[in-house]
Amino acid sequence: MKGFILSFRSEFYKSRKTLGFWASVMLPLFIGVLLFVGFYTKSEKLVSMPPMMLWLQFAGAILGIMGSLVLPMYIIFIAYSVNSIEHRADTWKTLFNLPIPRWSVYAAKFFYAVFLVFVCLALFVLFTIGFGNLLSIVKPELRFDDFHMEKELAQIYFKLFLSSLGILSIQFLLSLFWADFLKPMGIGFICTIAGVVAASKGWEYSYLFPYAHPMAAISSMLKNNHGDPSNRLQIDVFTKDVFVSMAIAVVVFVAGYFIVQRKSVK
Amino acid sequence: MVITTEGLSFTFGKQQVVKSLALQVPEGSIYGFLGPNGAGKTTTIKLLLNLLKPDAGNIHIFEQDIKTSRISILSQIGSLIEQPALYQHLTGRENLLNRALLLQAPAQRVEDMLDLVQLTAAANKKAGQYSLGMKQRLGIALALLADPKLLILDEPTNGLDPNGIIEIRELLKKLVSKHGKTVFISSHLLGEIERMATHVGIINNGVMLFQGSIADLQAISKPLVRVDAENTVDAANLLTRHHINVTEVTDEHLLVPYISKQQMGEINALLNKNGQMVYSISKQQKDLEKLFLDITQRA
Repeated sequence: MKGFILSFRSEFYKSRKTLGFWASVMLPLFIGVLLFVGFYTKSEKLVSMPPMMLWLQFAGAILGIMGSLVLPMYIIFIAYSVNSIEHRADTWKTLFNLPIPRWSVYAAKFFYAVFLVFVCLALFVLFTIGFGNLLSIVKPELRFDDFHMEKELAQIYFKLFLSSLGILSIQFLLSLFWADFLKPMGIGFICTIAGVVAASKGWEYSYLFPYAHPMAAISSMLKNNHGDPSNRLQIDVFTKDVFVSMAIAVVVFVAGYFIVQRKSVK
Repeated sequence: MVITTEGLSFTFGKQQVVKSLALQVPEGSIYGFLGPNGAGKTTTIKLLLNLLKPDAGNIHIFEQDIKTSRISILSQIGSLIEQPALYQHLTGRENLLNRALLLQAPAQRVEDMLDLVQLTAAANKKAGQYSLGMKQRLGIALALLADPKLLILDEPTNGLDPNGIIEIRELLKKLVSKHGKTVFISSHLLGEIERMATHVGIINNGVMLFQGSIADLQAISKPLVRVDAENTVDAANLLTRHHINVTEVTDEHLLVPYISKQQMGEINALLNKNGQMVYSISKQQKDLEKLFLDITQRA
């Protein structure tokens, strides 16, 4: 366990000056600012909206592109960036001859990627809430302060986080094996497109395909309340696609460890 | 023995790169692991560090089996394999601090190492901007960071200028004599190893061709008598007529296997008596460079 913590801290130390790390902060901030500016300049069109619809518009604008594009692409990038640090510096051999168990080194790297995704999504929640409330201060006519959906937002993003683990584990393994960006990127990109098509066309087995999970997570997030309007915002976090995503993550993570164990360091 | 291997073998695809290697590295030695490029040196080092798994054979380091005591062994080894592995986007100091974090070495040790390899002034420069020699020195600082008992260095003077090579050599000698370390150093340059090693292993095509102390190596190199004469060809013919075996003739000198001082005197007298002008006559050791080539080419 100590080896894991040391390795994890080292991952942070190594990456804190890289784009991989800062992307996790800048991406939600950038999108948040963009939306803020958009709502601010178009406020006259939105004044008539009820607070709940305002929030749904605001949060939905991000969520819409999140499942189909932003999240999968971000994950492909993160999985690449934590591994490319070692590929570029040719440091796999030094990592694996540290007096630290191999599984600690491997697991720390994987969980650091998971951590970055978690941080990024948590910041999305934070910035969505933050910028929404900021809008109600600078544009009091937008009634953002009359409705609260912090809990629901947290649930949605938590669901997105869980549904991203499957892709992350696969991309992580691809990036571990291939030093260049194009192979994992290309495979990830094609799979993401396939996933979006599968999920949006409602293919019945799309829940088995990890690259369709973020998209599926968005479309399956609302509980079916049979038209009961008082409960319209109930989030269903643990749908079957989420379970499949987590299961794939566990299987690929464990399999990856055995592959790394056997793999000779060139 | 700090390192002992028995029957160590490794195959890359169909090519066997290490063949039944038996290393014996005594404590407190500087063990020069010599061989031409592609002889299997780096592969052997990776086997020693458990980066590759041997097909057959055993590795014992500090009398412990690498298979069962990997962590305990690795915690006492500092290594530098091929070109140093550095994070280019971090400064020299940050590279060391990162490793110190992983090895739980105190931060002061980082400053000491920077000082030791004379990188204190460049410590805040990104490693990517270092010259080859600076990178190599930083790599050695990284290897020494945990104060290991055994240093395994793969061609550590590659790309260094003569001053850098001398510095590294003096540093390694000091580590062994003053701090009781053992150094295992690979090279394809005998001249470099000759100046510091106490023990030598010579490998080619994955096979160990010679192993022993430097003195042992010198002992198998037979001494010669070198005669510088005005006319070396006539002199050589004269000696051959008198049943003296001449092994080499050039414009300046000829070589005869050394037997005794008396034999040297007789050769001198014989040449003089027959009107051959002798400029000098001396006993010389076959130089190790030649010996190395002989050993590696014989196989």
